[in-house]
Amino acid sequence: MSPRIVHIAANTFREAVRDRVLYNLIAFALLLSGAAIFVGQISIDIERLVVINLGLTAVSLFGVVIAIFIGIGLVSKEIEKRTLYTVLSRPVRRWEFIVGKFFGLAGTLVVNTFFMAIGVFGALLYVAHKFSKPDALILVALYFIVLEFLIICSLALLFSSFSSPLLSAVFAFSLFVIGSFADDLRGFASLAHGMTRWLATAAAYLVPNFSALNVISAVAHQQPLTSQLILNNTLYALFYTTVALSGAVLIFERRNLK
Amino acid sequence: MAAIEILGLEKTYMVGFWRKRPKRALQPLHLTVEEGEIFGFLGPNGAGKTTTLKMLMGLVFPTSGTARILGHEWTDPEIKAQIGFLPEQPYFYDYLTAHELLDYYGQLSGVPAKDRKRRVEEVLQRVGLTDIKGVQLRKFSKGMLQRAGIAQAILHNPKLVFFDEPMSGLDPLGRREVRDLMEQLKQEGKTVFFSTHILSDAEALCDRVAIIHQGELRGVGAVEDLTSTVQGKVEVVWQGTQIPASMKALGAECHVTGDTVRAVLPENQQDAAIDALRRERIRLIAITPLRTSLEAYFVEKLQKSPTTGKTVGTAV
Amino acid sequence: MMNARKRTTVIAATCLAISMAASVLLLRHIDEIRPKATIEDALYINSPQMVKRASVGFNGLMACIYWTRTVQYFGHRHFDRAHTYNELAPLLEITTTLDPNLIPAYEFGASFLAPKPPGGAGEPARAIHLMEYGIEHNPDNWRLYYDLGFVYYTELKDYRNAAEVFERGSKVPNAHPFMKIMAAQMATHAGDFTTARMLWTATYESSRESNIRQNAVEHLRALRVDEDVTNLQALVTEFGEHTGRLPAGMWELVVAEQLRGTPVDPDGNQYQLSADGQVLVQNPDDFPFITRGTPPGYIPAPPKFHTKS
Repeated sequence: MSPRIVHIAANTFREAVRDRVLYNLIAFALLLSGAAIFVGQISIDIERLVVINLGLTAVSLFGVVIAIFIGIGLVSKEIEKRTLYTVLSRPVRRWEFIVGKFFGLAGTLVVNTFFMAIGVFGALLYVAHKFSKPDALILVALYFIVLEFLIICSLALLFSSFSSPLLSAVFAFSLFVIGSFADDLRGFASLAHGMTRWLATAAAYLVPNFSALNVISAVAHQQPLTSQLILNNTLYALFYTTVALSGAVLIFERRNLK
Repeated sequence: MAAIEILGLEKTYMVGFWRKRPKRALQPLHLTVEEGEIFGFLGPNGAGKTTTLKMLMGLVFPTSGTARILGHEWTDPEIKAQIGFLPEQPYFYDYLTAHELLDYYGQLSGVPAKDRKRRVEEVLQRVGLTDIKGVQLRKFSKGMLQRAGIAQAILHNPKLVFFDEPMSGLDPLGRREVRDLMEQLKQEGKTVFFSTHILSDAEALCDRVAIIHQGELRGVGAVEDLTSTVQGKVEVVWQGTQIPASMKALGAECHVTGDTVRAVLPENQQDAAIDALRRERIRLIAITPLRTSLEAYFVEKLQKSPTTGKTVGTAV
Repeated sequence: MMNARKRTTVIAATCLAISMAASVLLLRHIDEIRPKATIEDALYINSPQMVKRASVGFNGLMACIYWTRTVQYFGHRHFDRAHTYNELAPLLEITTTLDPNLIPAYEFGASFLAPKPPGGAGEPARAIHLMEYGIEHNPDNWRLYYDLGFVYYTELKDYRNAAEVFERGSKVPNAHPFMKIMAAQMATHAGDFTTARMLWTATYESSRESNIRQNAVEHLRALRVDEDVTNLQALVTEFGEHTGRLPAGMWELVVAEQLRGTPVDPDGNQYQLSADGQVLVQNPDDFPFITRGTPPGYIPAPPKFHTKS
């Protein structure tokens, strides 16, 4: 790993922090505390369920929004503002720039998720008064959410390398929504015929499969998750991220900067 | 060894929304810059200066042609550790302070950690940025940003420095400082390649210049050579606003400014001009032999009709 | 020498191609090992009203999604020869709450909610409820009355209500003429094979959903068998009255009653006569819905569809 990638990543992280992105944690904390207190008061016997579902869904959604909104500007903003000139006139390879930006954004999200995780466990402790063994599964759900973030970051970066921020946001968000319904897309495909079936199946496999990574309700119901699933999901996320990043590198390598 | 060898770099853009038409930003350019000289790349706005620089930096890809920088292929990333670049109207990450920016750039240029802090301080001193610790770049004035830009270009002690319009945004004092800095760089054995449209700066600083217009190289040569040809003209200045008829008869070009008149005449008319003034009892203020200015050379080159194909840059 | 940029391009392109292939393959693998709890996931929100609210106005789209899931759910379980369809009722209820005008959902419910497992979910009451809900929201759709009457007739054997529903349906503008015919049939010849055959044929011809059509085909086949066995059994009794004993074999019955050839079932296999005079079907497993012609102690296998239509 070239040291330049690390430096670029660190600078990207610093930029995000100075952009006050971590303030989202305040909104998150308020939301979760409010929910925990409310649920604790009315005591309807599903407190754990609500806290875990709400908490993890919020982690996921907040993170996706951050990933998209920062990600779409990572490259396009630097081209627009010409801050790239003095960077690329140094011994920085274009692909190092892309990879460094990716790790910076991913790192920001991991840190963000870490703090949110503390919040979720805190809220859980408040309503359930103790932890039980299956609560460790929440860590797996959080890990899968981080894998989701890696995919989204790489996609946002891919779009940023050739498209304006607005379009990138639209593309990235659409892929997130479709990816969350990937199972249903597969369902449509299996009921279709001919060309439509072929196209729908291709789409179902090319779109990032977020439904496979979404184990929030399973974890809320304390259903076990196999280590095989964890391994395969990890590999899938890594490969998919590589696809998007390779695409970003290929595009960026070719770009004439204005 | 030549510091820069431009071998036929060319750039054609396709412009238009639906049906793209080619637009030639730069015709195949052949140019050589020697080590240790200050080289001026002159031309009006839109001539192709910035395009050339961007191609050398690898920001834009040439349609054809290659270049060598310090003996290496211009696309070699390692060579970038030995060059510095100040773009026109530079933009920096405005959420960083100058120290942080330079430290970051130092990291990217491969300046070892133990040297970085010291170098950053040194270079900030050198460009005259003091008392700016902890101030984010978004609060810098244009002049301060320009200085920061120069700082990042020389931070890692490069052998070759590219400046694109380095004086822009600076007040006269600042310009003087930059000129001095460039002289110092030359003293240190560095090569400076700078593009500008301000001829007086070029005249004062450069060893050699190239003139480019509408994407085409129009002339190359040492400043001394270009301006030494005495054109065989003299400038006569006299008091008053009167222009004697005899003066006009001598073929003088006269300009009235305030309460003096300046006239330019062929050298051999000098005595006749003095006589004419004495006859009319007009007070002579000065007679000066004219040297070709760079400006004149510049304008002349710009007026030549565009040629097609490559123009090899040799002495005029 | 290949310059750095070309090298990067080649490496990046290779990475992209390999990673894409790998991710597609991994996805297929993940599908297999994922907990099939995907549908139960979908039903985490069991209350149709909550799903509707959660859809934030995109009811129509969500209805389509749930409808697809319903068909998939049933198809998978049917294929796996499952014995229960516990999620079918909630899925259909959610689908129709999201979009009360999704007619195919009601038809599906009529065919598969009411029948007992393994043919269906075994919840005739919920099926009736679903149909009535559908009629309430689509009062001019005669097909829904048909579906409701269908449930009364086939599962609940409530011929009076069936007749009344068919009558109601026949009054809807543009109702198919046979609604009136069925109403009359129900009233007088409810238990007849003819009536049942009319009903199932109508279902087969008017539905475009493949599960429903195949189900109808199976029922028609079963009806044929039931009818044949009933008739043959009657002939056996007649034979006994004439001769005072049971036929020695099917051949004897054929000769004595002057039948045209040995009677065969819809698959072309001969009916058989047991030692104690019972008419039996050769392969009862091929006829999921038959009520006659099975050996004593026979446990029906889960239904399988014979034709693809």
